Amino acid sequence: MLSKRVIACLDVRDGKLAKSVKFVDTKDIGDPVHKAKQYYDDGLDELVFYDITASSDGRAIMIDVVERVAAQIFIPFSVGGGVRSVDDASRLRLAGAEKINVNSAAVKDPELIHRCSEAIGAQSVVLSMDVLRVTASASIPSGYEIVIHGGRTNTGLDALQWAKRGEALGAGELVVNSIDADGTREGYEITLTRMIADAVRIPVIASGGAGRPEHLYEVLTAGHADAALVASMVHYGEYTVSQIKGYLAGRAIKVRDTHLQTSTK
Amino acid sequence: MITIVDYNAGNLRSVKRACDAVGIESLFTQDPDAVAKADKLIFPGVGHARTAMATLVRTGLGDAVRHAFQRGTPILGICVGAQLLLDSSEEGETPGFGFIPGRTRLFRLEDHSLKIPHMGWNNVVVEQAHPLLSTLQTGDELYFVHSYYLDPAEPRHVYATTDHGFRFCVALGRDNLFATQFHPEKSGRVGLGLLARFASWDGTPC
Repeated sequence: MLSKRVIACLDVRDGKLAKSVKFVDTKDIGDPVHKAKQYYDDGLDELVFYDITASSDGRAIMIDVVERVAAQIFIPFSVGGGVRSVDDASRLRLAGAEKINVNSAAVKDPELIHRCSEAIGAQSVVLSMDVLRVTASASIPSGYEIVIHGGRTNTGLDALQWAKRGEALGAGELVVNSIDADGTREGYEITLTRMIADAVRIPVIASGGAGRPEHLYEVLTAGHADAALVASMVHYGEYTVSQIKGYLAGRAIKVRDTHLQTSTK
Repeated sequence: MITIVDYNAGNLRSVKRACDAVGIESLFTQDPDAVAKADKLIFPGVGHARTAMATLVRTGLGDAVRHAFQRGTPILGICVGAQLLLDSSEEGETPGFGFIPGRTRLFRLEDHSLKIPHMGWNNVVVEQAHPLLSTLQTGDELYFVHSYYLDPAEPRHVYATTDHGFRFCVALGRDNLFATQFHPEKSGRVGLGLLARFASWDGTPC
């Protein structure tokens, strides 16, 4: 039986951790590779780097970050943010990322999912979707709409239909990020996550709202998620990855056994 | 020195980096001669089975791998590099090398709560002792990502299994050949440990 995955997300700008990531240990000085290594050593199952760089120079730096991560961290990791073409995807893949995340660019050009899937394989293409709760209507029957540009732009796309379309176009996995829950630290959007997880055959990663380990428990059980994304709750040092996984294991969630991993260090 | 067969498999560089991390000298090559004469081979693989097999045939690397197997070179296959060792694969209905009798099949799971691809960490049960699995402990988890699974015809070739809706083979072997469906290069320390074992393996199954 597969374990439920705990995935940490790091926002990177110009090759450095974005300011939204705060540190307990000042030695980090914003190096995403250092932070990633720390989580890897603590039993993290997977990593996501989200490149929020605006400039093209910064994107070249991201390739360097990916290469450095790949040299030190032997768990799967994906890179998202600014993937607009098969070339972008292939470059990141070659630099060492297992998977690439497409988001806004796929909304504008859904065939991008298909092209990336053909080029690097469905297992390496993650469709990341930002979702906002709205009043259900004829065009948005599920009551959840896809938004882009960090939630600022509505698209008129129904989240449930978009998820199914993404799967049909060749995405190998979905990240369902609730804009409503994001930043609240009051828990994931369970209803949304469950609705989408039940409607597709590919794995679903829940994102947005994690503040405490029980939130992961909720979304991995009631929310039917295969994996849960965490950010600030580990970046701020309130919880460690091993604490979260220990908590989940204590509540009978199957997680990768971290003590067996560290014993072979 | 480990030679990694370079036929554009998606995980080629990850395998190289994992070898680097555990201090194993390795290189990758597209030269069939170098593959045929290698001391030790890693045969990686991520992608489509038929495309992979077609590339191997076209480049002559397939013949080189076959030659290496026949002359007793220790070989480690990974993922699609394991699937192609069987007679055939349902992915694109392609023949494989046929080193081990059996077929690679598509997951057809009736329980729709079980996701496809089988993606993530799963615990592996050792079915037969093997030098490459000797450091594996009960409950150790390895990283998988695949939609097709290994179905060798004979139990004697099955070295480890896992469960995703049913129990299936995730490590197979015969003589100087060993191959895993999971990705040792992405399976944390447990996976790196397996690669380190391969570096010191003499190519005998016990």
